[in-house]
Amino acid sequence: MQLFDLVFYVFAVITIVSAFIVVFSKNIIYSAFSLLFTFFGVAGLYVLLQADFLAVTQILIYVGGILVLMLFGVMLTNKVINVDIKTGTIQTIPALILVAIVAGTLAGLFYSTWRTAGSSMITLPPTTTSLGEMLMTGYLLPFEVASIILLVALIGAAMTARRNRKVAP
Amino acid sequence: MSSLPTFWNEFTAWLPHVQLAHFLIVSAILFALGLYGIVTRKNAILVLMGVELVLNAANINLIAFSRYSTLRLDGQVAAIFVIILAACEAAIALAIVLNIYHRFRTINVDEVSNLKE
Repeated sequence: MQLFDLVFYVFAVITIVSAFIVVFSKNIIYSAFSLLFTFFGVAGLYVLLQADFLAVTQILIYVGGILVLMLFGVMLTNKVINVDIKTGTIQTIPALILVAIVAGTLAGLFYSTWRTAGSSMITLPPTTTSLGEMLMTGYLLPFEVASIILLVALIGAAMTARRNRKVAP
Repeated sequence: MSSLPTFWNEFTAWLPHVQLAHFLIVSAILFALGLYGIVTRKNAILVLMGVELVLNAANINLIAFSRYSTLRLDGQVAAIFVIILAACEAAIALAIVLNIYHRFRTINVDEVSNLKE
């Protein structure tokens, strides 16, 4: 067991344990904060896969953006003072069946392929320069579409979240 | 189809050498947990957290395949677009959740069943 494997298991355990807390915790605040650790663990896995730019992007956007947004959502939609931020679960049995089917399928796929699946890894140089070049050449159209989507989402979210105001006739 | 002890021996010999399948297993567990969260949670924000878990699982898959195959960086570009769309989705969905809260005073998805008051 080398250092690479050890680090992988550390990050995998962090990711999966905190994802368990996200899904099974009764308290929304606990869920939100363990989602933080899930995102950090996934960023660590990205670093192990030599995706340095994506790891930093993950921390900046998920932890700095999406998670803060979700915490705002929790704070704005629950009466935090009343300490009534618990939440229940519904449909546990159908969900267990669904997840068992999905997990069984994935385990079956794993059982039939795990001996042969990609043992040879390639070594990538630092990825930021080549990612930028790819975004400006081969992926230019999706890049522009993504920027328009971001603009539309910005305007749409601002319009939707605003309180309804009487418009002057 | 090998017998169970042989499988177990091969499996324990395989376990300490991290390969592509290890990353895929972590991603599969994350996907299943996110799916469970989406289906069972009452609170709309926790449903959104489940969606984020599922998207992260997909991203791990994309990046793992971009390292362990000849795809090179194409998988990482796809992962960038997934992150962009996740940010859009979170912003829009939270705006909708705030609106639902203002109208119904609750964000439990099983109680919000009317399109109109």
